[in-house]
Amino acid sequence: MPVVSMRSAVCLLGRFPALAGADLDVDEGDILLLSGPNGAGKTTLLRCVAGLVPLHSGTAFVFGHDLAFDRRTARHELALVGHETFCYDDLTVRENLRFAAAAARRPNAAADAALERLDLGRVADIAHSRLSAGQRRRLSLAVALAREARLLLLDEPHAGLDPTTRETLDAILLGAASEGRTVVLASHELVYARAIATREARVVAGLVQGGLAPATTKPEPKPLEVRA
Amino acid sequence: MSILREARLVAAKDLRIERRSRVALQQIVPFGVIVLVLFAFAIDPDRGLLPRLAPGLFWAALLLASILAVNRSFAVEEANGARDGLRLSGLDGAAIFLGKAAAIAAELALLELVLGVGVIVLYDVTPRNALVLFLTAVAATIALAATGTVYGIVAAGLRVRETLVPLLVLPAVTPVMLGATRAFESALGGVPSEAWPWVQLLGACAVLSVIVGVLAFGPLLEES
Amino acid sequence: MSRNARRVFGGVTLVLLAITAVLALWVSPADKEQGDAMRLLYLHVPTAWLAYLAFFVTALASALWLWPRTRSTTWDLLAGASAEVGVLFTGLMLMLGSLWGRPIWGTWWEWDARLTTTAVLFFLYLGYLALRRTADTSEQRGKRCAIAALIAFADVPIVHFSVNWWQTLHQTGTVFNPKLDVQIHGTMAVTLLLSVLSFTMLYVCLTLSRLRLAELEEGREQRELELAIAERIAAEHPEPAVTV
Repeated sequence: MPVVSMRSAVCLLGRFPALAGADLDVDEGDILLLSGPNGAGKTTLLRCVAGLVPLHSGTAFVFGHDLAFDRRTARHELALVGHETFCYDDLTVRENLRFAAAAARRPNAAADAALERLDLGRVADIAHSRLSAGQRRRLSLAVALAREARLLLLDEPHAGLDPTTRETLDAILLGAASEGRTVVLASHELVYARAIATREARVVAGLVQGGLAPATTKPEPKPLEVRA
Repeated sequence: MSILREARLVAAKDLRIERRSRVALQQIVPFGVIVLVLFAFAIDPDRGLLPRLAPGLFWAALLLASILAVNRSFAVEEANGARDGLRLSGLDGAAIFLGKAAAIAAELALLELVLGVGVIVLYDVTPRNALVLFLTAVAATIALAATGTVYGIVAAGLRVRETLVPLLVLPAVTPVMLGATRAFESALGGVPSEAWPWVQLLGACAVLSVIVGVLAFGPLLEES
Repeated sequence: MSRNARRVFGGVTLVLLAITAVLALWVSPADKEQGDAMRLLYLHVPTAWLAYLAFFVTALASALWLWPRTRSTTWDLLAGASAEVGVLFTGLMLMLGSLWGRPIWGTWWEWDARLTTTAVLFFLYLGYLALRRTADTSEQRGKRCAIAALIAFADVPIVHFSVNWWQTLHQTGTVFNPKLDVQIHGTMAVTLLLSVLSFTMLYVCLTLSRLRLAELEEGREQRELELAIAERIAAEHPEPAVTV
């Protein structure tokens, strides 16, 4: 059973079809790279899989849960690294991490391990509002890591990382895949991303090219009929 | 029970944020007190009206300040996409509701203590029938916090959130305002036994609003 | 309802409203105590009844929308349409109650239980309508508004009960304070019945045409969306993959 399975998925941002009929399969242990120009729908695709954006039409299954009816259950098993940290400004780095870990029913030790792994120990007791942009990127990764999720969704994880952190990130993703976890990352840093990815799909204008695993064949997208 | 554990986690998170940012202590509580002072300007203190109007003014001030507390509680979730984080966390919607409502209720309880002292000092009120006052305050606080939290999530993520919340909350809590005021009036100046029906009404409001919140918060959070 | 049926229904409504006006203003007698002011009863009763009916329809439609098996955008739109008409009638009732109160009570506003409850209702549903205007997509609007409508409707009896209670506990005994009540008999009963009927038909007309308008808007948005999807796909294909 694929971890993610989407057919003709349409997702709206306001009234704009950010996903216009996406097909995507992701198998366990994959590191799937989503490439494509800005505004193609990569972020919406990841947010749809995470259950943050409702499905307008089409089907989407994550860990076998139908997102059209239940966007909540699959979330226990996944983590999303987005453009924002999802953290509270007035809490410290450690408190934010521990809250995220506790919410995912992980012990404080998981939060502290993530803290060390991303070298945030020095700023552990600093309020989130005082972090630099680079530290926020690392914190986003740490929050995802602390959840110990089976599916990692990463939106531009390479942006704004120094070489050391990039190596850490690559090690985390490769390690996760070797443990049978699944990684989907959207990135513009193709050189770095392709080095670790096992598959690549291109997101263009709300569609996913090469989103289906090579085993399954699928005809070209049918012409869409529009009622006048 | 895991739902109570999760609720405690959320409440502790919200209260910790308030302890750090001191918005409740340094902005919402002073706001409530200044409203009390303004009422005294509006109603000439010399004519002895203030002690008689004190129950209504107390609850009106509290109601206005509670809008600020609700808005603050959901403003915290707007920054850095925290509401998305809350949805992704996998926490149960009912637990998030109970946690956030409990945190707001704790802030309101603090505010009631300060306003209570304010009413005694500024409006020359002598507290009587502590049990009636206490039960009224408990039931009204739960009802206000729960109703506020429900409408807070109804308006969450909207551009007009901060102005929409008072329009939604204030008409919905008229029974609470009415009941709490009458109960306080009976306890402080009238016949204390007349307060009990109102306390029961407040209790019913509290139970109903908590039930509504537990049922509706999760689906509303998904939609926000 | 078909176009013709709607026209006939609207025509009958207009005729009945005209008959009601004639009966209410000229045929039925004036009240012994209240005089001609009592004729406001023929507007007051139907507007009050329609306010509650409209909000009941809103709550019912919202519940039908929330129930997965009966979910359809029409219910959501009907809830909105009915609430708009309901707020209109609630506002009318407040104005009429106030106008009626002036000659009877000597003030524009008396904290009469029914008027007060209606005022709270007016603001409750004003908030609901404000909420309806905020959402981006119909899916987003649906759930928020349906739940808000049910909560508002559940609040109605509590508000009514508490305000009533407040009024009976604090009855002003010293001043003669008549209610907006009159003894009903004969022609008056017929007139009142007819006015309730004709205004209910007016409510149906207004709500249905508002619903139709909302459905047309919704349909246009749906078509725009399909077009937007097609355009988004076509933009990346040199061959036109779209047949319009």
